[in-house]
Amino acid sequence: MTPVSGLPFASVDDLQGRLEAHRYLADRGLATAIFLALSLDKPLLLEGEAGVGKTEVAKVLAELLGRRLIRLQCYEGIDAAQALYEWDYARQLIAVRAMEAAEAERHVEDLFGPAFLVERPLLAAIRSGDQAVLLVDELDRADDEFEAFLLEILSEFAVTIPEVGRVAAARPPAVVVTSNRTRELHDALKRRCLYHWIDHPDLDREVAIVRARAPQVPERLAREVAAAVERLRRLDLAKAPGVAETIDWASALAFLGAARLTPALAADTLGAVIKDHEDRELVVERLAEVVGDG
Amino acid sequence: MAEAGGAEALEALVAFGRRLRARGLVVGTDRILTFCRAVAVLGIGDREDLYWAGRLAIVSRPEDLAVYDEVFDAWHRGASGMGLAAPDPDRVRRELAGGPGGAAVGAPTGEESRPPGERAGDPAVARVVASAIEVLRERSFADLTDEERARVDRLIRRLRVRVPLERSRRTRPSARGPRWDLRATLRRSLRTRGEPLERVWRIRRARARPLVLLLDVSGSMGPYARALVQFGFAAMATGRRVEVFCFGTRLTRVTPLLRRRDPDRALAEIGRAVADWEGGTRIGASLKELLEGWSQRAALRGAVVVLCSDGLERGDPALLRAQMARLRRLAHRVVWANPLKGSPRYEPLARGMAAALPSVDVFLSGHDLASLEELAEAVGR
Repeated sequence: MTPVSGLPFASVDDLQGRLEAHRYLADRGLATAIFLALSLDKPLLLEGEAGVGKTEVAKVLAELLGRRLIRLQCYEGIDAAQALYEWDYARQLIAVRAMEAAEAERHVEDLFGPAFLVERPLLAAIRSGDQAVLLVDELDRADDEFEAFLLEILSEFAVTIPEVGRVAAARPPAVVVTSNRTRELHDALKRRCLYHWIDHPDLDREVAIVRARAPQVPERLAREVAAAVERLRRLDLAKAPGVAETIDWASALAFLGAARLTPALAADTLGAVIKDHEDRELVVERLAEVVGDG
Repeated sequence: MAEAGGAEALEALVAFGRRLRARGLVVGTDRILTFCRAVAVLGIGDREDLYWAGRLAIVSRPEDLAVYDEVFDAWHRGASGMGLAAPDPDRVRRELAGGPGGAAVGAPTGEESRPPGERAGDPAVARVVASAIEVLRERSFADLTDEERARVDRLIRRLRVRVPLERSRRTRPSARGPRWDLRATLRRSLRTRGEPLERVWRIRRARARPLVLLLDVSGSMGPYARALVQFGFAAMATGRRVEVFCFGTRLTRVTPLLRRRDPDRALAEIGRAVADWEGGTRIGASLKELLEGWSQRAALRGAVVVLCSDGLERGDPALLRAQMARLRRLAHRVVWANPLKGSPRYEPLARGMAAALPSVDVFLSGHDLASLEELAEAVGR
C-alpha cells in the first residue's frame, strides 16, 4: 500500500468506516471507487437506477472532507453561460446608464471586472480547487455539445475569460459525475473517469441504510419494508423503486405508528414507493404476496 | 514501489487488459494505465482490490460486467502463482507506448463501388437505367433475382429519409423574438455609448426529431428483412439521433453496425449479432424490452418510430396491445410498414396486427421499392 499524500484516509477500509460514521453505507466496490478517485485525482462517474444514492455520494464526501459542495444540475439546453460564468448584463446596463457619457469611455473596462461577473458552478469549482467537491448531476440530461465542453473543463480545470484572464485551479476539486443512463455518455468522457455502476443494495445493507437514514423506523419494520421492496423489484415494474423510496416508505409507515407491514397499511401508503399508475394496478393485485407473512 | 517481480506483474496486468479487449471490451491504453496506477495505490496482494481496480478503471458499461467477471476470474487464477508485485507506472507508460496492441484502430473501409451504368453520363444509358428502375420499383422484394436485389439494395440506400423537426431548448440568434438576448444587446450598446438602440433576439433552435427503426427479422420476414436493413442505412444518413433495432424473439441494437460504410460487411455482422435471425416473432416482448431499457427509452420520447413487421405475433396479443399503447404515448408518431399489405387481398386480421393497429398513426406496406419510398415520405410528414 502506497500512502497517498494529502488524503485523510489510510485505506479503503478506513474510508468505508468514515462514510458509515456519516450515515452513508457504501459497499466495498463503491468505497474503493471513491478512494481511487481521490488518490488518482480522477473524476468518479456513477451510473445506476434512479434512487440508488448516486447524488448522496458527493454530498457525504463533501461533509467528510470538510469541503464545499458545488452542484451543477444538468438539463436539456444547458450551456456554458449557465454552467461556467456569465456577465451580469442588467447591472452592466444600469452602470452604463449611471455614467456620464465622457466618463463611460474610461470606465468600459470596469464593466467587465469582477463586480459584474456572475460565477456559475464550474467557475466556482475551478476557483475553489481542492477546497471543493464538484457534483455534476444527471449529465445524461445535457446534450452532446455540453458533454464535450465539460470534458474540456475536466481535463484542464482552467478557463480563460477574455476580459479577465486565465483562472486555473492549483489542485483540481474532487469530481463526482452522475448519470441515470437515459443515453449513453461519450467514450472520451468515460475514459477520463473512474466508472462505477451502483446496484440496488442487498437486503441486509438496505435495512442498515434505512436504519441509518431514518432512525425512528423500528428494526423489524425496516426489515419488512426492505424485503417487500426487494420483492417489488422482482415484479415486472416500469419504475422499480430505489433506496430513496424504501426510506420514504418506511418513514411514512413509522409516522403512522406502524410496527409491522400489513397488506392494508401497504395499500394505504403505496404512493410512497410506487409512482406509476400501471405499476400500481399490478402491485395492488399482488399485495399479499409482496408484503409476505413476515 | 518497483520491487522485484514488478515487471512480471506489469506484464500480467497488461495481458489482462488484452484479454478483455479480445472479448470485445473497449480497452484503450489509457485505461490500462489507469488500471496499473490504481493497482499501485491499492497494492496487488488482495484479490478484491485487484478486482475493483480493474473494474473501475476499465469497465464503463453495466453490460460488460459479466464478461469482466468471467475474464477476471480466469486471469486471476492463472496469475496468482506468479508472486505479483505492484508495477511502476512509468514503466507501464514506456511499455504501452512501444508495445504492440495499443489502442485498436479500425481500418476504414472503402467506398462502395457502383456499376458504371448507374453513374450519370450518357443519356441513352440513363434512360435504359431509368426504365429498368421503374420496373424494379414495383416488384416485390420476394421475387427479385440476386442481381436485381443488389441493385435495389443500392437504390434503397440512396432514399432520402427526412425527419420532422422539433423545437430544442437551445437558442440561436434571430432577427425577431421572443427571447431578448441581453448579452448581445449590451455588447452592441457599447458601440452607441451604452445606449441600447438595437435590441437583439434569440429564438429556440429547431432540430430533427429522433428516428427509431424497429426491424422484424423473423422467419416470415425473410425476403424483406434484407431490404429493410438497407432502409436502415438510408435512415442513418438523416442525422445523429437515429437508432436501429432488429427483433425476432428478442431485441438487438444494431445502430453501431449500420455506421459502417460497407453494407455487405455490416449485414454479415448484423447476422452474427442478431441471434434469432429468421426465428419466430415476439413483437410484444421485444417492444417491452425496448420500452424498459433505460438507455433506449429516452430515444423514444418525441421520436418518429417506424416498425417494419408482418404482425404475425407468436406471443400474447394483449401484451403487444399494451406495449404499442405505451409506445404511442411516448413517441411523436408511430409508423407501421407491413409487407403483407402489398397484396390487394390483405386485411389486418392476424391477431397481433389487429391488436397493434389502434396505436398506429400511419399504416403502409413495405414490400417493394415504391412502398419504401412512400415510407421515407411518411416518416418526414
